[in-house]
Amino acid sequence: MTEEEDRVANADQNNLLRRQFDPVLTEPIPARMYLKRPPWLDYARAAVFIAVGIGIGLSIPWMRPTPQAAAIAITPLPVRAARAHLVYSPEVRHPVEVEAKEQDHLVKWLSKRLDLQLKVPVLSTEGFELLGGRLLPGNDGPVAQFMYQDATGKRLTLYVTRPHKGDEITAFRFAQEGRVSVFYWIDRDCGYALSGELDKPQLSRVATLVYRQLEP
Amino acid sequence: MDYNLIVPYIPNLRRYARALVGDRDGADDLVQDTLERAVRKFHLWKPGDLRAWLFSIMHNVFVNQLKARKIAPEVEIDEAVIAAHIPTVNSVDVLDLQRALLCLAPEQREVVLLVALEDMTYADVSTSLGIPIGTVMSRLSRGRERLRKLMNGETKSGLRVVQ
Repeated sequence: MTEEEDRVANADQNNLLRRQFDPVLTEPIPARMYLKRPPWLDYARAAVFIAVGIGIGLSIPWMRPTPQAAAIAITPLPVRAARAHLVYSPEVRHPVEVEAKEQDHLVKWLSKRLDLQLKVPVLSTEGFELLGGRLLPGNDGPVAQFMYQDATGKRLTLYVTRPHKGDEITAFRFAQEGRVSVFYWIDRDCGYALSGELDKPQLSRVATLVYRQLEP
Repeated sequence: MDYNLIVPYIPNLRRYARALVGDRDGADDLVQDTLERAVRKFHLWKPGDLRAWLFSIMHNVFVNQLKARKIAPEVEIDEAVIAAHIPTVNSVDVLDLQRALLCLAPEQREVVLLVALEDMTYADVSTSLGIPIGTVMSRLSRGRERLRKLMNGETKSGLRVVQ
C-alpha cells in the first residue's frame, strides 16, 4: 500500500488522531524549550576568533613583534658573556670542566652540544694559553666557554653561542659590563664574546686575534 | 550551531510526543531531552532533512526512556481492561483514543503517529526510526488495524464490547 493509498484508506483514523493532537501545535511553547547555547560554545568561539586574530597579525609584516621589542626581554650577548666571565674566571680549583690537555675531546664535546663546528683560537702570541672549557646554560640552549690565562694569572673567557632570537647580526663591538670589558660579534651562525678584566687596547688586540682566526 | 533552525519543529515534536507518551508532562520531558540532545549532537547533523533527524533523536531518547523505566514493549497487553473503558464506538472521547494508542506496541505507535500526524513518507519514517521500509509498512498496517479494533471496542477475542 503506497502512502497515498494508506492516506485514503485510513482518512478517518488520521482525522481522529489529528483532531485530538493538532491543538498541541498551537499551545505556547514552554520557555524551558528555548535552549540557551551552552556556555562552552561561547568560549570555543572566542578562542577561534583570538587564534584567527593572532594568525592574521603574524601574517602582516608590520604587525609582527619587532626584533627590538623581543630583545628587551632577553639579556644581550655581551652581558651574558660578562656574567659568565665573572662567575667562572675567579675559580681557583675548577675554572674549567675539561682541561686543555684534553683539547680534542673538549672541542668535540662542545661542538656536539652546540651543534656547531667549534675552533679554539690560539692566543699565545698575546701571552694567553688555553686552560680549558666548560658547557653553560644559555638563554635558549647550551653555550661554550673557553678560558685562557697568561703568566701573571690574568684570565680571559671566550663565550660561544648560537645566536639568540633577539640577537642582531653585528660586527666587532665593544661593551663594558662593570669591570669586565667585552669584545663581541655575532654572525649568522654564531655569537662570540671575549671577556676579560683587561684594558681596552690590550683586549682589543686579543679580540682581533680571535676574530681573525675564527672568521675566515 | 543555530538553535533557531530547530525551534520551528518544536510544535511538531510536542504533538508527536503527546500522542506517543500520553501525558503532557512526560511528553514535554521527552521533547526537552530531545532538544538538548539535538543541540549536543548538532555537529553530527548532515545538512538534509532536519525534521527526520530530530524525530530520529526523539526516537532514540524515547527508546532509552522505555529501557530506563523498564517498560518493555508490551505487545500482549490485556485489551479487555482497556476496552472496558470504551463504551461505544460513537462516544469515543479523547481519553479513550489516548488509551487505545497506549495499547499499541510502542514501535507500532511510532509508525502510525509519524504517518498520521506528520504525514511522513515511508522513507522518512524509515530514516527517523532506523528501520527498513518494509518494516515501516508492516508495522503501519498492523498498528492501524489494531488501533481500529481498539477504537471499535473489539477485544483480542474479536468480541465487541457492548453496554
